[in-house]
Amino acid sequence: MAYRHSFAGHHYEFPDLKTLLAKASPARAGDRLAGLAAETDEERVAARFALADLPLDTFLHEELVPYEADEVTRLIMDGHDAGAFEPVRSLTVGGFRDWLLSDAADEAALKALAPGLTPEMAAAVSKLMRNQDLIAAAKKCRVVTAFRSTIGLAGRLAIRIQPNHPTDDLKGIAASTLDGLMYGCGDAVIGINPATDSPEAMARLLHLIDDLRTRYDIPTQSCVLAHVTTAMEVMKRGAPVDIVFQSIAGTQKANESFGIGLAMLAEAREMALALDRGTVGNNVMYFETGQGAALSAEAHEGLDQQTVETRAYAVARAFSPLLTNTVVGFIGPEYLFDGKEITRAGLEDHFCGKLLGVPMGVDVCYTNHAEADQDDMDNLLTLLGVAGCNFVMGVPGADDIMLSYQSTSYHDALYVRAALGLKPAPEFEAWLKAMNIMDDRGQVRPELAGGAAQLLEYGAAE
Amino acid sequence: MSGADRWSFLKEFTAARIALGRTGNALPTANLLDFQMAHARARDAVHAVLDMDLLQRQIAEAAIGLPVAEVKSEAPTRHAYLQDPSRGRHLAADAELREAAGEHDVVFVIGDGLSATAVHENAVATLAATLKHLEGWTVAPLVVAHQARVALADEIGAHFHAALSVMLIGERPGLSASDSLGAYITFAPRPGRSNAERNCVSNIRPAGLKPELAGYKIAWLLKEARRLKLTGVKLKDDAPNALPGEGRAPMLGPS
Repeated sequence: MAYRHSFAGHHYEFPDLKTLLAKASPARAGDRLAGLAAETDEERVAARFALADLPLDTFLHEELVPYEADEVTRLIMDGHDAGAFEPVRSLTVGGFRDWLLSDAADEAALKALAPGLTPEMAAAVSKLMRNQDLIAAAKKCRVVTAFRSTIGLAGRLAIRIQPNHPTDDLKGIAASTLDGLMYGCGDAVIGINPATDSPEAMARLLHLIDDLRTRYDIPTQSCVLAHVTTAMEVMKRGAPVDIVFQSIAGTQKANESFGIGLAMLAEAREMALALDRGTVGNNVMYFETGQGAALSAEAHEGLDQQTVETRAYAVARAFSPLLTNTVVGFIGPEYLFDGKEITRAGLEDHFCGKLLGVPMGVDVCYTNHAEADQDDMDNLLTLLGVAGCNFVMGVPGADDIMLSYQSTSYHDALYVRAALGLKPAPEFEAWLKAMNIMDDRGQVRPELAGGAAQLLEYGAAE
Repeated sequence: MSGADRWSFLKEFTAARIALGRTGNALPTANLLDFQMAHARARDAVHAVLDMDLLQRQIAEAAIGLPVAEVKSEAPTRHAYLQDPSRGRHLAADAELREAAGEHDVVFVIGDGLSATAVHENAVATLAATLKHLEGWTVAPLVVAHQARVALADEIGAHFHAALSVMLIGERPGLSASDSLGAYITFAPRPGRSNAERNCVSNIRPAGLKPELAGYKIAWLLKEARRLKLTGVKLKDDAPNALPGEGRAPMLGPS
C-alpha cells in the first residue's frame, strides 16, 4: 500500500511502509549510503506528515521483514501483548507522540505499555520527535535490573569499567580497573573486550576480576565480551561467569553474520541462570547494538538504520538483560557522520530501548575519522544523564587503547554525576563509602586510608 | 582534591591513560591538552593531502626504479570519501594508466587511505624493503592513488594483468599512533575480491612493525602466495618475526 502527502503543489508518494519510515528519518550518512534517505528536506517532512497520520496498529498487520524468513519478525509478532497495547490501539503515530508527552503517560502507564509495543512503533514515533521529546519521554520510562548491584533506579547512573588492553595483559587490565574503582566507577559491570576470543583467554580474565571482586567484596559483576559460544564453553569448564555478552542486531541475517541465533542466546542464558551467582537479581545478559551494524553486514533488509536498530531491542528484551548498550559512534562516519548525527542517534536509541522495556545504556563515543570531538561527547553525555540513561562507559582517559576509539572517561562519570546529582547503584554507593573512596557528601574523594589503601595494596602486590 | 593520583605507580603496567589526577572532578589542564594534541594529530592525519612531490623525492632517493603513475578514485573530495567508502574502491573515470605491457608478477599501489601521514613516513621505505627481496620479479609501474580504499588495487591489478597486488595504505589513526601503514596483499586481483581473500600486514611504523621488517614479511607472503596461488585466510602468516641473519627478533607491535 502506498502512502501520500501533498504540500504546496508537490505530491509525495511513498510506495511502502519501509520507504515511508526511511524517508521520515532524520538525515544521516548510513541511510544516504544505502540509498534510502529522503532526497530533499521537504520530502523528509512530507514523509513525517504521512507517518503521523498512520494508524499505529498498521505495524501489527504489515511486516517490514517477512515473518517466514526472519526469526526476529516472528519474535516480535508472536510476542506482542495485545492487552498491553489496548490503551494506544486506536491512535495514529502522531497521536502516539502526543500521548507519550502527555501527563497520562506516566511511569506506571509506560511500564504497562512496553510489552504492547513493537520496535517498529517505537522507531516510527521517534522519527516525529525532537531531541527534547526523546529526552522527556525516556526520562519517564524506568527499567530496573539487578545482579549484584541494582541498575536503572531514579536518580542513579551506573558506569561500566572498560579496562581493555591490546594484549589482554592481566596487570594492565588490573591497573585500569583499580583506577576506575578509585574514581567511583564499576557499578554497571567490569567489562573487558578481549583482544583474543578464546576460552583460555576468557577464563584467565574472568578469574582476575572475580579474585579482585571477592577479595574486596565489591557489589558488582564481571563480563568478558567474547562471543556467546566462547562464554558457553567456559561455563562448561566451570569458569566464574557472571554475565554473558553478545552483539545483536535487528534481522536474522545480521545475527547470522554474528554467528548467533535466538535459540543460542536462550541456551546461553539458561546456562548462566543455572550458575545462580547473582545476589540481588538474576539478569544475566549483556547486549551491545548500534545503528549501522545491520547495513554493514549487508543484512538491513531495506530498512533504514534506526528502524532496524530498534528491532535489536526486541531481541534484547526477550532475554531480560542486565545491560543493553548502543555503541553509538563506534561504527564510523559512513553511518553517523558527525557529532550532530551521533547525538541524535544516541538519544533515539536510548528512548526506543527504554520505551520497549530494555535497560539502555549508551557508549558515548567516536572515531578519529568522524567529525566529532570531546565537546560533542560532553553534550551527548549530559543529555543522556538528563534523560535517565541507565549506564555509560568508563574508559581511562576516554582513550581505549585496544579498540582505538574514544569513549567517556572515569572523569566524565564524576562530572555528569556531580552536574546532575546522580548517584551510583545503591549497593555500590554503600561499598564506596565503606572503602573511603566516597566521602559523606557523596563526592568521590578517596582517602587513601582504610579500604581504599587496601585496594591499592592489591595493585602494588600483584 | 587536586593534582596527581597517588596510585600513579600503576602506570608502569599499561599504556592506558590511568592515574591522570584531577582538579575537582575534572582533568588537569596538562592532561586535557595532551589528549587534544593526540586527537588533533589523528585528525590532521585523516585530512592530510598526499604530497606527490615528497613521494617522488623519496622514490628517487630510495632508487625504486619503477615508473610512477598517479591516479584518483571516484571520490572527488575527502568528505565524499569518508561518507561513501565504495567510491574509494573504483578508479575515477578520467584516471590515466598506461597500457599494460604484458603480464606482471606484482603491482604496488600506494594509497592515502585514512592517513596520508602514514604514507609520507613509511610507504616508500616499506616498498624499498619489499623490493629488495623480490629479485627476478616482473614488477608493474608503481601507482600512487588519491582517496583510495584497499579494493582500489583490484582494478589496478586487473589493468596491469598482475598476478598479485600490494596496497600500501594509511590505516585509521588512533590516539597513540597516526602514522600506521597497512599492506594488503591480493592474489589475482580483480574487481569483486572480498577482504577475506587478502592478507594484511598492519601497524607498519617506526615504533611498531618497522618498515624494514615489514618489507621482509610482505615479500615472504608474496612468495608464498605465488607458490600456493592464493591469498586470504588459507595463507597463514607464518613469516619469521626476524630478518634473516639477526640474532633475535625485533620488537613487534600488535598486528
